[in-house]
Amino acid sequence: MNLAAIVFLPFLGAILPLLLAGRSRVQVTVATALVAAVSLTFLVMASPAVFAGETAYFFAEWLPQLGLHIGFRLDGLALLFAGLILIIGILVIIYAHYYLSTEDSAPRFFSCLLLFMGSMLGIVTADNLILMWFFWELTSISSFLLIGYWFHQSNARRGARMALAITGAGGLALLAGLLLIGNIVGSYQLDAVFAAADTIRGHELYLPALILVLIGAFTKSAQFPFQFWLPHAMAAPTPVSAYLHSATMVKAGIFLMARLLPVLGGTTEWFTIVTLTGLATMLFGAYFALLKTDLKGLLAFSTVSHLGLITMLLGLGSTGAVIAALFHILNHATFKAGLFMIAGIIDHETGCRDMRKLSGLRKAMPFTMVLAVITAASMAGIPFFNGFLSKEMFFAEAYQQDLFGGLSWFVPVLATLGAMLSVAYSVRFVHDVFFQEPTHDLPKQPHEPPFMMRVPVIIFATLCLAIGIAPMLIASDLLTPAVAAVTQSVPVLDIAIWHGFNMPLLMSALALIGGLVIYIGRSELLTFSRQFDPHDAKEVFATIVSATTRFCDELMQRIENGSLQRYIALLLVLTLVLVIPELTAIRGLTGGRPQLPVDAISLIGAIVLMLAALATAMLHRQRLTSLMMLSVVGLVVSLVFIHFSAPDLAMTQLVVEAVSIILMILALFFMPQRIPRASSGRRVARDVLLAGTIGGIVGTLNYALLTRPLNSISDFFLANAVSGGGGSNVVNVILVDFRGFDTLGEITVLAIAAAGIHKLLNNLRPFMPSSDVDGRPWHRIKHPLMVQTVAQAILPLALMVSFYIFLRGHNLPGGGFIAGLVTAAAMILQYIANGVDWVKSRFDYNYQTLTSVGVMIALFTGVGSWLFDHNFLTSAFTHVHWPLIGEFELATAILFDLGVYLTVIGATLMILANFGQMTTRHRPRQEGY
Amino acid sequence: METLYAITVGTLTACSVFLILRGRSFPIVIGLTMLSYAVNLFLFSTGRLAINELPLIGVGETSTDPLPQALVLTAIVIGFAMTAYSIILAVRVRGEIGSDEVNDTNYAEQEGQR
Repeated sequence: MNLAAIVFLPFLGAILPLLLAGRSRVQVTVATALVAAVSLTFLVMASPAVFAGETAYFFAEWLPQLGLHIGFRLDGLALLFAGLILIIGILVIIYAHYYLSTEDSAPRFFSCLLLFMGSMLGIVTADNLILMWFFWELTSISSFLLIGYWFHQSNARRGARMALAITGAGGLALLAGLLLIGNIVGSYQLDAVFAAADTIRGHELYLPALILVLIGAFTKSAQFPFQFWLPHAMAAPTPVSAYLHSATMVKAGIFLMARLLPVLGGTTEWFTIVTLTGLATMLFGAYFALLKTDLKGLLAFSTVSHLGLITMLLGLGSTGAVIAALFHILNHATFKAGLFMIAGIIDHETGCRDMRKLSGLRKAMPFTMVLAVITAASMAGIPFFNGFLSKEMFFAEAYQQDLFGGLSWFVPVLATLGAMLSVAYSVRFVHDVFFQEPTHDLPKQPHEPPFMMRVPVIIFATLCLAIGIAPMLIASDLLTPAVAAVTQSVPVLDIAIWHGFNMPLLMSALALIGGLVIYIGRSELLTFSRQFDPHDAKEVFATIVSATTRFCDELMQRIENGSLQRYIALLLVLTLVLVIPELTAIRGLTGGRPQLPVDAISLIGAIVLMLAALATAMLHRQRLTSLMMLSVVGLVVSLVFIHFSAPDLAMTQLVVEAVSIILMILALFFMPQRIPRASSGRRVARDVLLAGTIGGIVGTLNYALLTRPLNSISDFFLANAVSGGGGSNVVNVILVDFRGFDTLGEITVLAIAAAGIHKLLNNLRPFMPSSDVDGRPWHRIKHPLMVQTVAQAILPLALMVSFYIFLRGHNLPGGGFIAGLVTAAAMILQYIANGVDWVKSRFDYNYQTLTSVGVMIALFTGVGSWLFDHNFLTSAFTHVHWPLIGEFELATAILFDLGVYLTVIGATLMILANFGQMTTRHRPRQEGY
Repeated sequence: METLYAITVGTLTACSVFLILRGRSFPIVIGLTMLSYAVNLFLFSTGRLAINELPLIGVGETSTDPLPQALVLTAIVIGFAMTAYSIILAVRVRGEIGSDEVNDTNYAEQEGQR
């Protein structure tokens, strides 16, 4: 439990600074430091077991199906890193208290810092690879917030964005790599992964997994060629630079490599990639550190260089190299955090970070100078400072390796060169800033910072010296279990200052002398480097980003050019691309089902249907004609239904057809009368080709389907229609009983569509031409007498017929849908023949209410089944014997059908009657009716 | 007969797709309506073609598949709702922007071909 508390406390504590936002800054700082301190206490409480060589675990299931668990482990490696994170974290919090100006929002800063701290602790203690990745991404996000802390500065925003883009992309690669590993192993738990190390190394997916994981590690730890984001992240406040970009976050990649070294390491691929990347990074960083004029820029590139050094050691992978790597992590964290804080102090007290302007500060800031000398000496690797020890071990490892056969000698040579550069920039840091002639044109009068601001630096400097003088006393207890966790064997640590006269000592001496020479001759070097084009990484990055954006923009313009015709054509083409390969795979289009012979009536019907369809399409510019042709299509379709044993469909189609055509004629009135221009020949050709292909494919599919034997579930419906549903019209029984729930959904959709139309018509001001396209006025007789008379005579007949169709629907063709449509059609006829005023004066009913009532009746019929302990929409029926009429069946399904009936009438009339009123004084003008 | 049916459905589909590819709202609505007819015919035919086999119990010896019929019946009504909605949407658009072109007007100026 304590383990989880170590990680989760900072997350919970992140709220604390925000809650204290109104209080004084001291309270905020103390609260933040306390959170870290409590977490550290838990860590210390858990540490004795680790020192004794054990590993502490915490486990809770999260998503076991995905192999994702909340698992934490505290072994030596985790302890080393967690200790660094928390201790340096507390020191940074103290430092930040003095560093932040009064305008800066301290609660926001500390809250983000704690978030980051928790994420970082999560990475180092996670026992599950996916969980580790989760925290990994959280550090990317929280570091984004911290780098962009001064979001009013554009370079802070850009630096933050770049860091997020690079580390975020690396995080995705890492996820892919971890998923591969998890797939090979079958578990994401670290112990299982360690146990399966040989399987992983022997697996064919080893190399992809390795490369993906390394991309993640290299981006995070700013390794070549991803190093460029780190210097730009220096736009962050200095405490952030000290914490994230020297001591912790950039070490996350190193940690990952150390963590997975037992699994992924030990192969030629690992040696080659990791060692060479580390070496290149070390040299690259050191060279650019020397050229930088900005204090933080120098430190940033120096950090890149040292991270490269550690990476290279991990690439070598021997026990000695691992000891050196972990030892250097510790040492680098101490001296580099100290140096960053000194840079921050100088910036804070002089208002300037440019080494060309700063000089001679030793008089104004003597104490700071001493601290700078100590930490810089450690960075340079001067004896009696801790940097010397790990660098000495590094030389020994570089000298002893023979990974590159006859060319192995170049590794120690380049390592010495890197060390020379390191000495040179360390000297530069101290000499340029504190020595030489004092300058007077600084933004602020330089003076020593507040004592408490120096305290963290004093602690770091003391550590540099103490470890440097008595390494075994201070560091061995911490390092031994950490090395054991990486090498999976208990190592024998022997870190000493003096090993006698040997090669590493010679290399150290060479590095010191060479570094001084380089520093003295630096002006030559600067002149030399000036002839190269200064490739600002930020500009390169910005160019790439803007090029990508431009490319996407152009692509969007190309695809999304505002032509809906184009979109639909592309969609149809895509359909073809997907369907055609499937169709070509079919062997034998004709199936085994016996086919019906063609009779003359069918042939004539089909020809009429096709001609009408073609005419509809070809005459589409003459809209009324086209519409008439469409109605022919619709009518013949209903004949098709009749012909192929579907009387219900035929009736429905017939009435729907009539109603649709009336609606469209009405709509035509509001459409432009001018005949549109003809499409260009090319477009017509394209559309004909596309439409023809689609039609051909649909026809082919239909043919293939029709000629294959039928295996239907309908036998159940046929067998149970009478016994279970109480009706012999199986179609209707399916609608109101077996699949009643579908029907309920469908009438609801109908009601919604009607409501939508009602809404669309509200406050619509349509174009209402007073004459036809040739200027002839409309006929003065709006409602011819003959139509009026016939329509009035038809109404009662139609109502009676619809009632009859409704009642018989359960047993013979008919039912709610058809009856409703017939009634609606009869009503529409009244509107057409007699006008809206006439109908309104006789029958002023609210169709919205009718529709709602219909849906409600259907719904409550279904709900009613619950009262009798049946499932929703279970129907019941009985047969009653009525005098005179005879045997009569009563079913609850008829109540449901009544709902359908009313909904259909209501919705149809809502659509048509409301639309028809557009030309009259009744047209909808405001909300409601 | 199956061949004839399939050809008819194919022709209906082709004509309606051609109409849907027009640049004015009215032909598109006509095309949608016709496409819904074609789709209904297609769905209906999943029960295969049968003459004089009404899906009524006790009328004939055999009965055609009633399930596609039930589905298509509701589809016809829903198709009507869709037609109605789209035509009224077209009227509304015409009322709002004064044109029945479906393309972005900027695009229309560039290309000038419908």
